[in-house]
Amino acid sequence: MTQKQETIGKGVDTTVVLLYYALVLIGLIAIFSVEYRFNDNVLQSILELKKNYAKQILFIGVSGLTAVVILLIDSKFFTTTANLLYFFGILLMLLTFVIGKDISGSRSWIALGGGFNLQPAELCKVFTSLALAKYLSRQETDFTNIRSQLISFAIVLSPAVLSIAQKETGLALVYFSFFLVLYREGLPPGYLIIGFSGIVLFVAAIVVDPDVLAIALTVIGLLVIYFLWRKIKRNRSILFIIVMVWVFAIGLQRVALPVLFDKVFKPYQVERILGMFGKEYEPKDPVRKAMLEKEMATGKKKDRNYNVKQSKIAIGSGGLLGKGFLKGVTTQGDFVPEQHTDFIFTAVAESFGFWGSALMLGLYFFMLMRIIIIAERQRSTFSRVYAYSVASILFFHIFINICMTIGLMPVIGITLPLLSYGGSSLITFTTLIFIMLRLDANRQMVLR
Amino acid sequence: MAVFNQSRQTTIQLIMAIVFGIILIRLMSLQVFSGKYAKLANDQAILRKVVYPSRGIIFDRKGKAILDNVTMYDLMVTPSQVKGVDTATLCRILGIDTAEFKKRILTAIIKNSRNRSSVFEPLLTPDKYAKINENLFRFQPAFFLQERPIRGYPFKAAAHILGYVGEVDSAMLKRSNFFYQMGDYAGRTGLENYYERILMGERGIQYILRDNFNRPIGPYEKGMFDTVSVAGRNLNTYIDIEVQQLAEKLLSNKVGSVVAIEPQTGGIIAMATGPTFDPNELTGPEARKNFSRLFLDPASPLLNRGMQGVYPPGSTFKPLGGLVALDEGLITPSFGYPCFGRYGPCGRPACTHHNAGHAANLKIAIANSCNSYFADLFRKAIDNRNYPGVEGGLQQWKSYMNAFGLGHRIGVDLPGEYAGYIPDTARYNKVFRRGGWNSCTIASLGIGQGEIQATPLQMANAMCMIANRGWYYIPHFVDSIENETEADTILNKYRRKITPLHIPDSAYQAVIDGMEMVVTNGTARNAKIEGFNVCAKTGTVENYFRGKKQKDHSFFVAFAPKENPRIAICVVVENAGFGATWAAPIASLLMEKFLTDSITQKRQAEVDRISNVSIIPTKIKYERAVRDSIKRVKDSLIRLRLEREQKARIDSSENTVYLMDDEMYKSLPVRVPNRKLPLQQTDYFVMQDNRWKIKQPFNRNNKA
Repeated sequence: MTQKQETIGKGVDTTVVLLYYALVLIGLIAIFSVEYRFNDNVLQSILELKKNYAKQILFIGVSGLTAVVILLIDSKFFTTTANLLYFFGILLMLLTFVIGKDISGSRSWIALGGGFNLQPAELCKVFTSLALAKYLSRQETDFTNIRSQLISFAIVLSPAVLSIAQKETGLALVYFSFFLVLYREGLPPGYLIIGFSGIVLFVAAIVVDPDVLAIALTVIGLLVIYFLWRKIKRNRSILFIIVMVWVFAIGLQRVALPVLFDKVFKPYQVERILGMFGKEYEPKDPVRKAMLEKEMATGKKKDRNYNVKQSKIAIGSGGLLGKGFLKGVTTQGDFVPEQHTDFIFTAVAESFGFWGSALMLGLYFFMLMRIIIIAERQRSTFSRVYAYSVASILFFHIFINICMTIGLMPVIGITLPLLSYGGSSLITFTTLIFIMLRLDANRQMVLR
Repeated sequence: MAVFNQSRQTTIQLIMAIVFGIILIRLMSLQVFSGKYAKLANDQAILRKVVYPSRGIIFDRKGKAILDNVTMYDLMVTPSQVKGVDTATLCRILGIDTAEFKKRILTAIIKNSRNRSSVFEPLLTPDKYAKINENLFRFQPAFFLQERPIRGYPFKAAAHILGYVGEVDSAMLKRSNFFYQMGDYAGRTGLENYYERILMGERGIQYILRDNFNRPIGPYEKGMFDTVSVAGRNLNTYIDIEVQQLAEKLLSNKVGSVVAIEPQTGGIIAMATGPTFDPNELTGPEARKNFSRLFLDPASPLLNRGMQGVYPPGSTFKPLGGLVALDEGLITPSFGYPCFGRYGPCGRPACTHHNAGHAANLKIAIANSCNSYFADLFRKAIDNRNYPGVEGGLQQWKSYMNAFGLGHRIGVDLPGEYAGYIPDTARYNKVFRRGGWNSCTIASLGIGQGEIQATPLQMANAMCMIANRGWYYIPHFVDSIENETEADTILNKYRRKITPLHIPDSAYQAVIDGMEMVVTNGTARNAKIEGFNVCAKTGTVENYFRGKKQKDHSFFVAFAPKENPRIAICVVVENAGFGATWAAPIASLLMEKFLTDSITQKRQAEVDRISNVSIIPTKIKYERAVRDSIKRVKDSLIRLRLEREQKARIDSSENTVYLMDDEMYKSLPVRVPNRKLPLQQTDYFVMQDNRWKIKQPFNRNNKA
């Protein structure tokens, strides 16, 4: 036994472990501040597991146990079972369509009994990371090859597609974080540039007046032709590409976006997206208008974009130094919906102000940088790809979650890693991080 | 392959750094540079609750509380918890039906949301309170009782002096420079209003944390920013509540007023007006209803006639006329005037009265109230050669009158005092053009008739000045304020002795002697009080209403005792006849009550006799009759309409049209007066889907 005790800790990166616990603790304090009211009996609440903070303590315990178990497992286990686990995860996700439980509008949960639920899409992030690592570390995989690229896309995007089918758009978005990993592993930067340009175009199409945008696009096109005139003279196909891009951009702005908004997205989703840019959504189609009004009337939302308004009020009122622990009036008055889960950052920001938020972000940033360092020191491709996956997933979660609370992104229901209340989220991230730490502990070994 | 892409590590780190940088910049702008969010957060989460202190109490001169605080109860409801409550019992106790119950709950929800409590029934009557308190367990927790202190008047008297407390209106909000807030209560009239800042105390402020449903969840920062309320301070007054009560009793079923002042201090002992009302009527649950009833009464019971009733003072003015003549040296006390029962020198005989030959000197002239004598004195004063012409004389006379406190607001500590009126040269120049009038034209002023107008308060104050032989304090109610400090300047003006004229004591003595004789063997022998020398003057005032002569007002002024005056009084009974008939005995009884603290057994009968007599002026009776008949017509119209509807409902198998026609009007039990009433319209009733709808108004005038 004593020998095993030694082997658990051996080679494990203590910096990441410390950061992990620091963040988990901040999360617990924040959840406590959301729920605690003057004169509550804390001890009794914890013993009876009635409050969320009490449950979170339990989840932290379970996570610790999970971490220990993971550290006890041989590293080879993960490489050998990676594909199996991936298929298992996909199977679980498919299972939700059969025995799924409906929680706040999405059928992505499986009831475990005792009031606890499992969200397979969360767990699947771990499995996908492993599977991607496995695939990219195969000796025969040549990533410059289009076929390999497409296969890795498939591995990454299948859970995303299933998530969208479960109406969990937020989680689906997280799977796009794997493109950072793929980029690191040699994906041509063109993909990222195209993706980025696409996002810019999308945003511009919403914010800028359609006619102005069309003129601007045309002008940009003409400018590009003017500056590249010499090259075009040599190679006519460049002109063709430019014209095609122009046609595509105009098409997206003129046809695709209206179709997307009026036919594909739900009215409330459009509402959220537009609301983020300070625009009101007035559907032209009376049927959709009625739908929107019905959602407004039946929903708990007091007005359009209530969540974001309250979240901004909570964060903004924190000021430079914050109002102090348990003194946030917005938090104490339950003004921010879902504050203990997706909007947990508001509790931190209101109580501890800018310096507290900055410190918290600093911890996250430090952790991300540390993980990248860990990734780069791996000898085996498997470990490196996996560590990059961990970094990317964490980064996307933090980025989307915080941007949504400060009004830089539409409200997408994804958690803040390690801080948000919830067993699925916490245990998933624990597993994710500790598998990486386990692999890192054995970094001298080349894993396939 | 791996090593080949190592540079991309930096790119990825850069992307992350940029994103975190953007987030930090955004956070900085939200948290550090934008101040509005802190305010927004506090606005929605912190409730600023004003805590009202209890108002100060008002004591009378003997230390009895005549205005204090009574606790009543509001029945409160929290709509979200109403489910499962025994509403049937509650409705039965309150005497309402389920429709009304639902309506009130709905109002509560609209007003204050379903999670917060609002008033279900304000100010429960003691009877309802007892029943609800007994059954409260049935209605909890949705319903509960909340204390609400209101003003109580244990003596049921002095309504006009004390005034009432009411919700502030928008005009008052603006005037107070938003010191008050919507929904605050403040003194609206009387002492409650004049001494508002002293009686109200200091409002406290509590900051209460509330949640997203507006429910209070506890004190903000453990009450660190709260300020405590300070109770209002009490007032000690000169009022003798027993005298006040007696005055109100004597004035019952009469229109008029009584003002009694203590000459040495200027303290008002009583200021009664008739008709009056029980001040408790304007505080309890029925306050609104009672107010509109009082407001619409043609006898205007809300008017404080003691300072808002303006009358020509009539003969009660004569002592002042005498003083002016003596001070100007126009006559000596022994001056006599041949009285033939009318005043001749101005051609057309004027100021007629019976009993000729009773003005051998000033004393006798006052005692017998000789019109000719005082008309002559007045003309002497106006035509005085010391002043240039008639105008100069009148101006001099007017300045005397103003010095006696007539023609301007005296400055009593009640809001809404009337100024009365003393005509000046401009008035007559306007009416008769310049030079077109002389002392004869305006001779009736000399006997207190004509353009001169004074309030009973002013006349009582003039009596104080005579009683004191030349000085007075501005009449006021409040003697002292509890815990008075230097900062309380409100009473300063009442503590300054005012000596506006320097008429020699001998002149006062002559007039006072005359006034004593009024009682001993003059016009008011029934005003005697055993053991006291009373000085008085009667008045019988001619008056007109819309150009028609009405019955005379009965006037009486007096002070007693002569040597050491302790009370000066003015009594007016409108349209009651001779001054000696009604006003004199009332004044006499009140003075006796004040001086001896009781009324002798013998005169107790007099009290009952007077209080049981009803002297309501005919014009008020007429207006009341008109009002009542209009109400009867309205009621019967409503009844008729209801009957028709009911009948129609019974035999309505198909759509029928009913018309309020002329026949219907003829069948009314009362003749509709020939004036514009809202009866000119007729309504169409159309039966549709078993519901009655008013189709369109049908104008009778256009029918022909």
